[in-house]
Amino acid sequence: MPIIDLNNLDSVHRDVLKEIGNIGAGNATTALSKMINCKVDMKVPKVELLDLTEIAAAIGDEETVMVGILLLLEGDINGMMMFLLDLESARTLVDSIMGIKKEEDSDDLFDAMEMSALNEVGNIITGAYLSALSDLTRLCIVSSVPSLQIDMAGAMLSIPAIEFSKIGDKVLFIETQFDNETSINGYFILIPELESYDIILHSLGL
Amino acid sequence: MSEIIKVGMADMKVCNAPDGLTTLGLGSCIGAVIYDPVSKVSGMVHVMLPDSKAIKENSNKAKFADTGIEELLDMVIKAGADRKKLVAKIAGGAQMFAFSGGTNEFNKIGERNAKAVKEMLGGYNIPILAEETGGNIGRTIIFDSVTGDLTIKAVGKPVKVV
Repeated sequence: MPIIDLNNLDSVHRDVLKEIGNIGAGNATTALSKMINCKVDMKVPKVELLDLTEIAAAIGDEETVMVGILLLLEGDINGMMMFLLDLESARTLVDSIMGIKKEEDSDDLFDAMEMSALNEVGNIITGAYLSALSDLTRLCIVSSVPSLQIDMAGAMLSIPAIEFSKIGDKVLFIETQFDNETSINGYFILIPELESYDIILHSLGL
Repeated sequence: MSEIIKVGMADMKVCNAPDGLTTLGLGSCIGAVIYDPVSKVSGMVHVMLPDSKAIKENSNKAKFADTGIEELLDMVIKAGADRKKLVAKIAGGAQMFAFSGGTNEFNKIGERNAKAVKEMLGGYNIPILAEETGGNIGRTIIFDSVTGDLTIKAVGKPVKVV
């Protein structure tokens, strides 16, 4: 019997899920900071239970174009993890990694080389998040190769929303945002399957 | 269009001329419009999954292609549309992320949604006048009940009116 009820999340469970977001994103922030050799701050994570209709609004506008990276999780925890980055931040990251400054009026968003760099950023950041989660829970988490897309936030968020819609009308977001002086805004969204919440909580002794 | 009514995820709305209907950022979901070009009574649904019978938690009819189309049809007729004149336009059903190791079910969700919506409309003999489905792009759709035009916006693509 599941110990977690998404519609009545108690404060202990909420805190634990928040802490998971904190530790995962903390590790990812460190990795990001090393990568671009610059201080990156992280905001306090939010755990929110949202209606399906509100999912995109949680991040901003449905039509806002963002970089999305999606990984499928397997092993002890099944589900998805999504990392969203706004375009300006993606540009900042790519430029600082490649050591170049692209023309502001460049029409072509990211060329092949830059897409590849962006993919690598996604790889490292999501890998750092998941390895922290794995260490904390002592669970085996196997992730797929990340898939990267640049499109409307709403369209990309519909993918995890569809997964959630199979079990109810609510989506649980463990959302962490980080930013630094040069404005890097990103969101981590961890989307475990319902059974996986129990496995996570159980692994932490709850 | 005087007022444009927003249809959320797993949501459906009906409008009369001169109002319009819109749904933003369709990914693998399908946005389907059913309307009567004479009375201009129009309805839009944003479905997420193909089949309500495969899911236990299926009380929200707008979430599924089968119950969503059925309910929308009911709603536009109740709002004054002529059953015999109804036509449809659909968009969405993209595959936003691809995984070589991903399950077939995951990779094909957009395609299955499109197929289910078309089967439902076909079953009710509602002709599909325009279809913009598949690919790997997100879409915003805006329907004008006065002209019957469906405007489709996608990132990096010219605006298309069907």
